[in-house]
Amino acid sequence: MMFRVDRDVLAEAVAWTARSLPARPSVPVLAGMRLEVTEDHQLKLSGFDYEVSAEVTLDLQTGEPGVVLVSGKLLAEITRALPAQPVDLVVEGAKAVVTCGSARFTLLTMPVEDYPSLPAMPPAAGRVGSDVFAAAVAQVATAAGKDDTLPMLTGVRMEIEGDTVTLAATDRYRLAVRELKWQPDQPDFQAIAMIPGRTLADTAKSLITGAEVEIALSSVGGTGEGMIGFSSSGRRTTTRLLDPEFPKYRSLLPTEFSAYADISTSAFVEAVKRVALVAERNTPVRLAFRGTEVVLEAGSGDEAQAVEVLPVEFQGDDINIAFNHQFLLEGLGAIDSDLARLNFTTSTKPAILTGGKPVDETAIADYRYLIMPIRLSS
Amino acid sequence: MRPGGGGGLADDAGCPILHVDMDAFFASVELIDRPELHGLPVIIGAAGARGVVLSATYEARRFGVHSAMPMTRARRLCPQAVVIPPSHGKYGEISKGVMEIFHTITPEVEPLSVDEAFLDVSGARRRLGPPAGIAAMIREQVAERFGITCSVGVASTKFVAKLASRECKPDGLLVVAADRVAEFLHPLPVAALWGVGERTEQALTRLGIRTVGDLAQVPVTTLRREFGVAGAHLHALSWGRDERRVVPHTPDKSIGNEETFAQDVDDPVVIERELLRLSERVAARLRAAGLVGRTISVKLRRSDFSTITRARTLREATDVAKEIHATACELYRAAGLQRIRLRLVGVRMENLGPAGTATRQLGLGDRETGWREAEQAMDKAIQRFGPDAVRPASLVRPPFGPMDL
Repeated sequence: MMFRVDRDVLAEAVAWTARSLPARPSVPVLAGMRLEVTEDHQLKLSGFDYEVSAEVTLDLQTGEPGVVLVSGKLLAEITRALPAQPVDLVVEGAKAVVTCGSARFTLLTMPVEDYPSLPAMPPAAGRVGSDVFAAAVAQVATAAGKDDTLPMLTGVRMEIEGDTVTLAATDRYRLAVRELKWQPDQPDFQAIAMIPGRTLADTAKSLITGAEVEIALSSVGGTGEGMIGFSSSGRRTTTRLLDPEFPKYRSLLPTEFSAYADISTSAFVEAVKRVALVAERNTPVRLAFRGTEVVLEAGSGDEAQAVEVLPVEFQGDDINIAFNHQFLLEGLGAIDSDLARLNFTTSTKPAILTGGKPVDETAIADYRYLIMPIRLSS
Repeated sequence: MRPGGGGGLADDAGCPILHVDMDAFFASVELIDRPELHGLPVIIGAAGARGVVLSATYEARRFGVHSAMPMTRARRLCPQAVVIPPSHGKYGEISKGVMEIFHTITPEVEPLSVDEAFLDVSGARRRLGPPAGIAAMIREQVAERFGITCSVGVASTKFVAKLASRECKPDGLLVVAADRVAEFLHPLPVAALWGVGERTEQALTRLGIRTVGDLAQVPVTTLRREFGVAGAHLHALSWGRDERRVVPHTPDKSIGNEETFAQDVDDPVVIERELLRLSERVAARLRAAGLVGRTISVKLRRSDFSTITRARTLREATDVAKEIHATACELYRAAGLQRIRLRLVGVRMENLGPAGTATRQLGLGDRETGWREAEQAMDKAIQRFGPDAVRPASLVRPPFGPMDL
């Protein structure tokens, strides 16, 4: 087997494939990246760890068909460091030789016959703009749990109803919900899938090179292992789905409020960051909304304290409420708007953060970030 | 003759430290209600197979009975002794009363346990006279108010005062004058020193050191070579030097409860139920003290006495038994001792702080009122109707065991 390919094209393809390779493989071959030259002059690079698979297809000018398995991490490091010249890879016996300009690397190959075959791509269900999708996933994944001992909360739930996709994630302390439009292949398509949050966020971000992302779903709600696939401009990846169990979040999202505040997002972020300097991890920033201003406070009498006042546009009953400052900042970072709106009911009920002034006060925002307050002792 | 003996007659000028130790405290308290047992050997302790001696009268001690000894052995040594099971509540009440007497003398009171305390009476001299006089007054007041006796050691340092009270027991008073400390200490066996346990004693005996006097003659460099930092400490003690001050009221660093099973247990269900009982107790104590804690530890002792402890720090401080129990169970499961016979389990809360500053991150779908409120309601019911009024269903015992039916 041999092939010649442009250095930039190869480096990008190898880096993308290597992303999903396991850091600590359960069997040694899973650390490998499979390179295959097909009869019709295509190069396929693939990686798989039984959870996530990734495959890139490139067109070749020259190549001899064949398959080889080499260390993915090493190949990624090498291709990243190569000079900007065509790269040749030739398999000689049990070695793969990479040459580029005057540089030459000899890599050990791994037993390709031991490598598991990649799962087939599930049937395609529809398409979505890659930028919109990546932004929506990032907005939601920020609220997903990071604690692997609670797998149910580490996922992003994807609900598809016709041309509407709803993404939701929660770690119990906040809940992010985003609605977006897509083009289903069948207009009445319906599905529910729980996708590992970290994988989905990485995948969506890595597929913005193409204009659209194709989403493929298999055996959702069936007895078999569910799987979701994403593909875009020669890249395809599949991920095993999580147990579809998820809190009934729609009933937890309040729709009626006793007050709301509109605040400049950047000023709010800076002020929270400043007062939070005296707040330890998991301790609150206290917000007191009064008429046209909000007083931000952090710290306690025994330790350092900080206070700052910001102008707000406030409607409703005055309220004192406290939040974990990290949760508040992550929400403000996710709304993607110059103006943040916080909706309240009481100081122990969830608050909803949305971006910008709604066109119509009764409309429900595309993106809602629910945040649970911290109760201060009386 | 005891050096510096004779109670108030000795020179107590440089001796502001008092160590007050109740004589056979638990036994003496029981005898208040049972005057007919005075002068007889009496043992306080649970009669069960695994019970240990809590206290014994001096008449029983003469047979070799001492506290912490297994009951079975104590009864063999002194079969004629009257055995009284310990009654809770009574001891704490009297202990509190005794500590109150101390506090009328000086605020510098450092309780060591329910039945002993150090007092620094430096500040009380002008008002109440010399230390030996104060010591005599304490003994009088305790006897008068509670009808029990105590022994008081008066010395220039805590450690000598403690040895002095032990030397004059029971119902005694001993002043060790500041310039006669060496004379008092040196005839004592090395084991009398604080910090000399079985190991150190054996090591010292190997070096031919049997008494404190022997130890005092060994150059400090030699001791340091043999025992490291502890060697220098031993040398200082052998000359009666002890820098520690009387620290009035050390706040609780942790709150814990443990339980020795009547028989070793390997059933995880039984162990987790016991962890629940202990968690309930720890949480109730936290709430009663107005404290919350963040670090929970469990102690697991195998039947061969090997012991492990495991701890975890929570995201937020708590005083809720439900949360303490959940964490304790996780720690127990993670310790990998399921199906291993355990003799003792314990639950402890550390990293304590006042409940007033505690905050709580609310979770999605949490109820407004949670377990905390439920447990506070339990506290109130228990206060009114007694300890058995409310408890988790899994801890309710049927009124009759299967053996009674």
